[in-house]
Amino acid sequence: MESRILVVLPHPDDEAFGVSGSLAKYIRDGAQVTYACLTLGEMGRNMGIPPFATRVTLPAVRKEELEASCRAIGIQDLRLLGFHDKTIEFEDQDKLDGSIMELVNELNPSLIITFYPGYSVHPDHDATGEAVVRTIGRMPADRRPPVHCLAFSKNHEETIGKPDVIIDVKEFLLKKMGSIQAHRSQFQAAELLGNKKMPDKDIQDRFGTERFWTYRFE
Amino acid sequence: MQLIDKSKVKEMIDLLIDQDLYIHLEMTMGAYASHVDSSKHPAATFISNAVIRYTHGSISGNGPFRVGLKTSQGWIYSEGLTHYEDEDVERLIMAGHDSQGKLIVALQLSREPF
Repeated sequence: MESRILVVLPHPDDEAFGVSGSLAKYIRDGAQVTYACLTLGEMGRNMGIPPFATRVTLPAVRKEELEASCRAIGIQDLRLLGFHDKTIEFEDQDKLDGSIMELVNELNPSLIITFYPGYSVHPDHDATGEAVVRTIGRMPADRRPPVHCLAFSKNHEETIGKPDVIIDVKEFLLKKMGSIQAHRSQFQAAELLGNKKMPDKDIQDRFGTERFWTYRFE
Repeated sequence: MQLIDKSKVKEMIDLLIDQDLYIHLEMTMGAYASHVDSSKHPAATFISNAVIRYTHGSISGNGPFRVGLKTSQGWIYSEGLTHYEDEDVERLIMAGHDSQGKLIVALQLSREPF
């Protein structure tokens, strides 16, 4: 059982599709989860349909959506690290790594979840995963918490193989849908669920499994 | 945001002439453009809170609209604008949204930093 989990992702909503079900499951089993979200996704293109946010109001809108998503999942501790969307790969690495190391020192997590560097499509995703792996890689090998990575670039399995951590989250789909729907400026998710109380089979098949790769440090 | 009212935007452009302004200028196809469709070339660019000053400016077209602002040494140009923030009386907030509602271009001017 995981006791304390640190999730490090760059954008509000990065947690929704890939990891929210697993987090809900870990939390049900007693874990304390800290979600360190690096940016407010202030450069996102989606503003709602029709647009109800603007470039100016988007950070505040997305902060509220993120808080609602965390409530839906049951995440106990949300940290907003204050970096700027799209800039993680250009950010001062000492500052970036330092803020992650600080959290690791404070929380002593038994598990870290982030993006797989190089296999996560968005430059902020890859840069976030790189920063986590760089930071944890500097720790003595016997003190490193395991790092579970999300990956979804094209053909990623050709290089990194099959995921070694596969979590059945069908029991937690209402919480997962709650997380997805919380990001209402980003996802037009209402149609996913319709008026149904319980997710139907299509949704179970599509969202019922979450997959992670344990990062192998050299 | 409302669909652009050309005369309202022109009024605001005139109001902001000849003063130091912070500009946010952006164009983006989205970070997932080539992930979703490999034939797409992903491109995005933005400049945020640069200080500019223009001597003359106007909005043209029938929608999507174009805005051109003439500075002492050059030009600021933006095409594809569809929406503006009608409730903002201090700043000029404009954006272009594509048919799916996604922001593709933005031009914002303010006396205070964004």
